[in-house]
Amino acid sequence: MNARLWTVCALLVAVALLLQVSLFSAFAWDGVVPDLVLMVVVAGALSRGGQFGMVLGFAAGVLLDLAPPADHVAGRWALALLVAGYVAGRVRQDTDRPSATAVVATVAACSFVATSVYALAGLVLRDPAVGFGEVVKVIGVGLVWDVLLTPLVLPPLLALFARLEPQRAR
Amino acid sequence: MREGLNRRGSLEPRDPRAPRRATAIALVLACATLITLDQTAGVLDPARRVVGEVFGPAESAVSAATRPVTSIPGWFKTRSAMKDDIAALRAQNSKLEQQVRTSGYDRNRLAEYDGLTKTAEDIGYAVVPAHVVALGPSQSFHRTVTIDAGSSSGVQADMTVVAAQGLVGRVLRVTSTTATVLLIVDGDSVVGGRVGSTMKVGFVRGGGDLADGPLDLQLADQTATPSAGDTVVTWGSDKDAPYVSGVPIGQVTSVYSSVRDSSKTAEVKPYVDFGALDLVGVVVPSGTKSDRAVIDADGNLK
Repeated sequence: MNARLWTVCALLVAVALLLQVSLFSAFAWDGVVPDLVLMVVVAGALSRGGQFGMVLGFAAGVLLDLAPPADHVAGRWALALLVAGYVAGRVRQDTDRPSATAVVATVAACSFVATSVYALAGLVLRDPAVGFGEVVKVIGVGLVWDVLLTPLVLPPLLALFARLEPQRAR
Repeated sequence: MREGLNRRGSLEPRDPRAPRRATAIALVLACATLITLDQTAGVLDPARRVVGEVFGPAESAVSAATRPVTSIPGWFKTRSAMKDDIAALRAQNSKLEQQVRTSGYDRNRLAEYDGLTKTAEDIGYAVVPAHVVALGPSQSFHRTVTIDAGSSSGVQADMTVVAAQGLVGRVLRVTSTTATVLLIVDGDSVVGGRVGSTMKVGFVRGGGDLADGPLDLQLADQTATPSAGDTVVTWGSDKDAPYVSGVPIGQVTSVYSSVRDSSKTAEVKPYVDFGALDLVGVVVPSGTKSDRAVIDADGNLK
């Protein structure tokens, strides 16, 4: 893996994280914000495959777990985004260049899966004292946010990843 | 290594981009390790500190740069907060209309500081003013915020955080320029509370509701019944950490009794609107060395 790709990824994830906690928190629906970091991971996995998606998801998740104001048990977002990267990677395996519908569906699926995995890990670890109804609501609202922002966020990300791609033997 | 014709029709190991099982297992194990490490208290604190030192100032910068956008009032606040806001704004409106010709952003900021100064006077402690620069997303199921004052401003872990209206929470950990604050509405938060009218003590727990839901007050004395409208203030901890005494928390809105354990629980509506937190103050010992002006207990800037 080349250094330039990873530098760009690190930058993308950092910017997404900052916007998520410092800008979008002002527009949140009951505190639920669009999961920009997840979108970066999905874009990475869609354009470079599941192997890359998993590693990127894990790294981005660790950052989400440690950067302030996070206070949950570290490793939960890492696990959730790792799974999201894997799921998005499977979509890429099936279709070489995903259609717009496929991209939206992938983001929706990954958003649902990631937040669910995160919430389930919390249930197992008894980390959050949040009711089941609340969890379902957060997953639902988060999914709507992510789907709404996908047309704005994913195309530039996919284009960027495509440009970073070394010449592909086709 | 498994070899064969791949999709591109060349003879090579299977698609190198497909997820490899070994990597998946290694990464999942890494997650498990992280979780285990973090369950052992304090092991990951240095890592959190390092990441915080980098992201804290960045969050402050982004928050400052986007403040003109994020401070667009009204529409984007939480729905529950909006109803209250309308009532409060109507009341304030007439007063503000007179001020508005001479006022601007600075004047509003000054009013905020005035409120905080008054809080400092009321509770009798010195406070370090700070702005909220980042809110934890609800997707994390925790209610935490980042503020732009850290150890260089005299802020330490387990200090009380207040706003002009009342208690906000406590400091969990600090970096040199920022601090992470656990809000009292978080499901993990427990504050010692005292009912103002009867002086009965109890515990105020976060409702765990991600919207600005009520707090739960459970009195130690089972026979005592708080009445609606009573004010709940902090009862204070040993050496003023994590909570100093006498800070207003909220107002009792309703009381219900549980038949199962024959205890009474009161719902407390917090005075602070957690959907619209901006200026807060961290309670510090008087005479704390700080890189910014400290509002002292007598209301003066030091």
